[in-house]
Amino acid sequence: MTDTVRTSAPSAAAARHLRRRRARDGRFRYYGLTAIFVALGALAVLVLTIGTQAFSAATYNVVRYEVTLDPAVIAPEGANRPADISRNVEGFYGLVRDNLLKTFPEAEADRVSRRELSDFVTRLAVLPTARLVANNPELVGSTITLTAPLNDDLDLYLKGQGVRERKIKAGAVSSVQGGQDGTFLLSGTGAFEAVVAGLAVASVDRAEDAGQPDVLLTAGVSTGRLSDIDAGSARMELLTGRAQDFAQARATARIILSAESERTISDRQIAWVLALREMGRVDRVPRWTLLTNSDSTYPELAGGLAAIVGSLLTMLITALVAMPIGILAAVYLEEFAPRNRLTEFIEVNINNLAAVPSIVFGLLGAALYINFLGMPRSAPLVGGLVLALMTFPVVIIASRAALKAVPPSVRSGALAVGASQMQTVFHHVVPLAAPGILTGAILGMARALGETAPLLLIGMVAFVGDVPRSPADESTVMPVLIFSWSNNAERAWEPLTSAMIIILLAFLLVMNGLVVFLRRKYERRW
Amino acid sequence: MDTTQGTPAMMDDTLTLPRSADGAQRIDCRNIKVFYGQAQAIHDVSMSFPDRAVTALIGPSGCGKSTFLRCLNRMNDTIENCRVEGEILMDGENINDEDVDPVLLRSRVGMVFQKPNPFPKSIYDNIAYGPRIHGLANGREDLDAIVEKSLRRAGLWEEVKDRLTAPGTSLSGGQQQRLCIARAIAVQPEVILMDEPCSALDPIATARIEELIDDLRSRYCIVIVTHSMQQAARVSQRTAFFHLGNLVELGDTNQIFTNPREKRTEDYITGRFG
Repeated sequence: MTDTVRTSAPSAAAARHLRRRRARDGRFRYYGLTAIFVALGALAVLVLTIGTQAFSAATYNVVRYEVTLDPAVIAPEGANRPADISRNVEGFYGLVRDNLLKTFPEAEADRVSRRELSDFVTRLAVLPTARLVANNPELVGSTITLTAPLNDDLDLYLKGQGVRERKIKAGAVSSVQGGQDGTFLLSGTGAFEAVVAGLAVASVDRAEDAGQPDVLLTAGVSTGRLSDIDAGSARMELLTGRAQDFAQARATARIILSAESERTISDRQIAWVLALREMGRVDRVPRWTLLTNSDSTYPELAGGLAAIVGSLLTMLITALVAMPIGILAAVYLEEFAPRNRLTEFIEVNINNLAAVPSIVFGLLGAALYINFLGMPRSAPLVGGLVLALMTFPVVIIASRAALKAVPPSVRSGALAVGASQMQTVFHHVVPLAAPGILTGAILGMARALGETAPLLLIGMVAFVGDVPRSPADESTVMPVLIFSWSNNAERAWEPLTSAMIIILLAFLLVMNGLVVFLRRKYERRW
Repeated sequence: MDTTQGTPAMMDDTLTLPRSADGAQRIDCRNIKVFYGQAQAIHDVSMSFPDRAVTALIGPSGCGKSTFLRCLNRMNDTIENCRVEGEILMDGENINDEDVDPVLLRSRVGMVFQKPNPFPKSIYDNIAYGPRIHGLANGREDLDAIVEKSLRRAGLWEEVKDRLTAPGTSLSGGQQQRLCIARAIAVQPEVILMDEPCSALDPIATARIEELIDDLRSRYCIVIVTHSMQQAARVSQRTAFFHLGNLVELGDTNQIFTNPREKRTEDYITGRFG
C-alpha cells in the first residue's frame, strides 16, 4: 500500500459522497417545488372552472314590457287594497302575456305556440312589480315598463350555452316568392352556398342517430326555418316577422345542431327571443337577485338570501356555544388542571372528538336535540348546536396550542409580584394568547360554515322559500343550498351553483382575512 | 488553607450559628429538602439570610441553588412533582405551612429572573400591576407616586420618565432587567430574590445592575444566585457554595474567596471544576 493510494482513495470516496449529498439536496428542492406547483395548479383549475361557470350566472337577461296597469285587471277590488294587488300575480302575468301576444300575433294561432310564448316569463317573476304597484297605488292606470327575467333556458341560449349552433352569414337573397302551403321560396345566386357547406361540416360532427339539423334564417326581427336548401335557393317556413324582410337582405343563418325534439326550447321560441333582442327589449344585467331572492323552483328567480341568513344565524349559535365552552375548557386544561390520568384521558378524547366524521355529529344532533330534547327540525338553532359540538374540539386544540406558546417567563413574572393563578392567567396569559385563540376559533367556524353532511341529517336540506327570522325558524345554509341546487336537473342550475359556491368562498375568504387581520393587529412580541 | 472536612451535620451547626454584622436574620431555613418526583435536588440544607445584606449563592450548574432560591417564595409550588420539606421561618412563621397564602408571601418576597421578563404592557403598567392587584395605591396619584419611587430606586426613572406609556419590551436588556427590579420593589417586599439577574446582560448593563443591588442593600434582604464568582465577590457580604444539592460552605464573602474552609469550595473558586 502506497501513500498515494491511501490518501487519494478516501478523498475520492468523500468527493463521491459529497456529490451524492448535493444531488439529494437538489432533488429534494425540486420535489418541494413540484408539490407547490401541483397544489397551486389544482387551486387555479378549481377557481377557474368555478369562476367561469359562476361568471355566466353573474348576469342574466331581462325583458322589458310596456304595460298599461289596467285597474280592471290588476285591481278588480279597487286600488286602495294593496294586499290584494300584491297578491294578484295572475293579473300582472296576464298583462305581460298580452304584451307578448301583441308583439308576436302569430302565436295566437294554436295552443302549443301560445304556451311556448307564455313560457317566456314565469308567473312569479312579476311579483316584484305587483309589490311595487301595491306600495304605490298612484301607478294604477298608468303605463309602466315592467322588467322580468327571461326563462332560464332562453337566457342560457342568449348566453350561447343552452343550444349548440353555428352562425353563418348568408348571401344576398334576390327574390322572395310566396307558395300555396304558406312557405316562401328564397332565391339568390350563391345565397346559401355557405349554409350548404356548413351543413356538410355539421353532419360530420353529429352522431348518426341525431335528427336532421334545423336551419334558421334571421333578418332583422324576422326569422324563418329553411328546408330544401341548395346553393341558390331554399324553402322557408316563416316563424315570426314578415317575409319581405328577407328580400335584398343579408340574413344570418343558424345551423342548430340538435333536433327540436331534443331541445328544451323550440325553433319558434328562438325566433321570438332573437326578435325581442333585435327590438332592444332584452338587457343583460347583473344578477343581484342571487343575493336578494330566496330559493325558488325557477332558476331565473332563485337566490341565496334565505340560505345566507340561515348560515349567519347558524354561525351565531355556533359561535355563542362553541367559543366560550372551547376557550374556557382550554384555559382550564392548560393552566389549572393537574396532570393525571383523568386529564390525560380527557385530552385524548378531545383529540378523538376532533377526528370524528362530521356526519356522526349530525346523527348525534338528530338523536339528542330533535328526538330527545324536542327542538324544532330544520332550524338554525339545532344546526348551530350540532356544528358547535363539531367545532369546539378544534377550538380547544387551537386555544391550548396558543396558551402553550405563551412563554413561562410571563407566568413566573406575574406570580412573582404576587398575582394569584387566576390573575396570572386572565391578566397576562390569555391576553397574550388571544390572537391565537381567535385564529383557532375563527378557523373552526369557517370549517363549520362549509359543513353540509351533519345538517342534512337534522333536516336543514328542506326547500326554504322564506328568509328565517329567528334561529327557531325553518332554514337552510349555503353549502346545503349548493348541494340541493347541484341535484337539480335543469342546465341553468349549473352556473347558479357555481355562483353560490363563489359567494360561500367569499364568506370564507372574509373570515380568513379576519384571522390574518387579527393576528397582525394583536400579535405582540415578548 | 483550612483543610478540615466536616460532615454535613457538623457543617449545619457551624454555618447557621454565626450571625452577620448587620444583626437580625430575615429568613431562617431549617433542614430544607426538595424532591422532583423521586429525585432529591436539595439535601437537608439549613442556612439563614441576614437583613440588609446581600447573600450570594454560588455553585456549578445543576447544584440546586436556583431550586433553593425558589423555595424562599414558594415558586416551586408551580412546578408539578416538586415537593419541599423543612421549615423556612420568616418573622417566626413557617412559610411552608398549609395556611400561608403563597400569593401574600410573594408580595413580601419579590423575585427577579435570569432573563428580563417585563410584561408586554407599558412601562407604567409593568410597575403599577403589582400595587394594583394588592390594592396598595389609593387612586391615580398614589399609584403615580409608587411608580415614580420604584423607578427611581431602580435607577431607571431618568431614562424612561418621558415614555412611561412605551411598551416595557421596547427597552434594552439592561433597562428591562432594572424595570423588573422596579416591578419587584413596587409591591414593597422585604426580601428580593435574584436568579442570575445579569447572565443575559452585557458588562456595562451588568455593572449598573450591580450598583443597583448595592444601593438596594440598605433596605432589603437580598439573595442572589450567580455563576460569576467576581460578581458574588463584588456585590455580596455573605456567600454560600452549593454542590450536588448540598450546602458545602457558608460564610462571609471575604472569607469564602480568600480562605475557604472546604476543599471543594477552593477547587470551584479556583476554577478546577464547575
